[in-house]
Amino acid sequence: MTELFGIPLQALLGQLLIGLINGAFYAMLSLGLAVIFGLLNIINFTHGAQYMMGAFGAWFLLDKLGVPYWWALVIAPIAIGAIGVVIERTMLSKLYKLDHLYGLLLTFGLALVIQGLFQNEFGSSGLPYRLPTEFAGAFDLGFMMLPRYRAWVVVASLVVCLSTWYVIERTKLGAYLRAATENPAVVQAFGINVPRMVTLTYGFGVGLAALAGVMAAPIYQVSPQMGANLIIVVFAVVVIGGMGSILGSILTGFGLGIIEGLTKVFYPEASNTVIFVIMVIVLLIRPAGLFGRER
Amino acid sequence: MTAEPVAPAESVAPKAAVPAADPSTRAFAVATLVMAAALAAAPWVGVYPVFLMKALCFALFACAFNLLIGYAGLLSFGHAMFFGTAGYLSAHAAKVWGFPPELAILTGAAASTLLGTVVGVLAIRRQGIYFAMITLAIAQMVFFFYLQTPFTGGEDGIQSVPRGRMFGVLDLTQVMVMYYVVLAIFLAGFVAIRRVIHSPFGQVLKAIRENEPRAISLGYDADRYKLIAFMLSAALSGVAGATKAIVFQLASLTDVQWQMSGEVVLMTLLGGMGTVFGPVVGAFTIISLEHFLAERGQWVTVITGAIFVVCVLAFRRGIVGELSAWWTKRRG
Repeated sequence: MTELFGIPLQALLGQLLIGLINGAFYAMLSLGLAVIFGLLNIINFTHGAQYMMGAFGAWFLLDKLGVPYWWALVIAPIAIGAIGVVIERTMLSKLYKLDHLYGLLLTFGLALVIQGLFQNEFGSSGLPYRLPTEFAGAFDLGFMMLPRYRAWVVVASLVVCLSTWYVIERTKLGAYLRAATENPAVVQAFGINVPRMVTLTYGFGVGLAALAGVMAAPIYQVSPQMGANLIIVVFAVVVIGGMGSILGSILTGFGLGIIEGLTKVFYPEASNTVIFVIMVIVLLIRPAGLFGRER
Repeated sequence: MTAEPVAPAESVAPKAAVPAADPSTRAFAVATLVMAAALAAAPWVGVYPVFLMKALCFALFACAFNLLIGYAGLLSFGHAMFFGTAGYLSAHAAKVWGFPPELAILTGAAASTLLGTVVGVLAIRRQGIYFAMITLAIAQMVFFFYLQTPFTGGEDGIQSVPRGRMFGVLDLTQVMVMYYVVLAIFLAGFVAIRRVIHSPFGQVLKAIRENEPRAISLGYDADRYKLIAFMLSAALSGVAGATKAIVFQLASLTDVQWQMSGEVVLMTLLGGMGTVFGPVVGAFTIISLEHFLAERGQWVTVITGAIFVVCVLAFRRGIVGELSAWWTKRRG
């Protein structure tokens, strides 16, 4: 068998793939956080809970209503995004004039409420989500087997991330958004409905988290806690990348996923902590984050 | 080193600048004595001493946390790492090394102060929301460390820690002796925090919180002040965590989890950030709530979260803050 640095190539590539998949989720979640933070100046602690709700949405649609995966990919993010819009209108919008920390505290409280309600309803053990039949089997790449669903997750999340980047950086709508991030008052003076844009942005960011949740449902167990620990890692990803650049969030997400995967091969004890260690190193060298600007 | 900032103005701070939430020294002394008397009498009127000891440990923890958020404006979302670290170290010192309780608690507090120094140096490099995320992430790293390292006993924790005899004379296995020791530790910490807040150092901290660039332009090394505040807060959180480990004869992962960091934020927010008595009131309220909801499973999480939401939306000054605002208004 082929070996690299004394590690069987198969194991190495396998972990690399897992890393890439985790990275896909880090990228999608940190992208949503960055978009929300850009316009609302709020760190959305509820992001992990909304990701979890996306996964439960997919499970509910399939298990209770017989709605297949493909429809869940559309319905769950829109439904959870709509809940996000309600949260923004009824609660977050009251906080914009206050210290930004209140937004963090409020969304933290919401995350606890949502997680607690789901734990009451579904217990703490995970629920399985059946893999769609289209994705059964794997591609034989010659040197390794690539399960179809995992390939789909990586490709789909890349497409989602890059389309988000395109919309924000290359379209008129994105230009409004970026302008409102820089100076909402002036943009509003030009006749653009900034409050509505803020609401929709939050809804979009939440929808992105829910989409990630739907995509995660067949891979990870659908459980109430699935978002809680993930969100803390994503926070570290955000600190490492800095929230200044969309492309930066995507790159950092995938990159850290891969590094985490490789750590599992070479030094498994540190695989839980490697991202936090990198965060500490980045803070020492470049406090604003790899792609961030000092504000 | 020699360029110590000269600060003549702070000791003659105008009286009007003292906010209403901050009672005068005399009012504080009276209120503290009333609180101490009430707490000393509480077990004699039927309040369960173990419950009181738990509440007192958390009250000290919340007061230590409040020193950061209330007076330096720094929101740490990882304070459980100091609480839990001290718990593990003091439990280990008492059980494995056979330290007497006073030395075990000191060992725990020293460990959390050391950790606080390292984390503080890192975290104060960023501000606001980033500060909160960084402390949370580092605390999670510390959590994984304790989860994997053998001396903490993993999911079981360090169990049946001996309480021992404090200073060789106080037999802590007797519950009332233990209670008064905990009360004394709490009161000492509480008074020390109030002393820090009212020292010139505390005034500079408040200046930095209000306007950091201006404080820097006046010659204060803002980062150094923030770091010292962070260390003090970590040290006192450590005293609280170490005491809790000795009281319950247990150090476990619960005390280093992010939920614990959230809980101390909630206690402080509910009681009143930046008020001296607020964290104590908040801690007693939350611990009572948990006590009565203990049978109801995850509803505790739901209700805790709901209190967060209500506090942020409608009750930002907290119980003590609202009360003192109402009092000030009533007196005109």
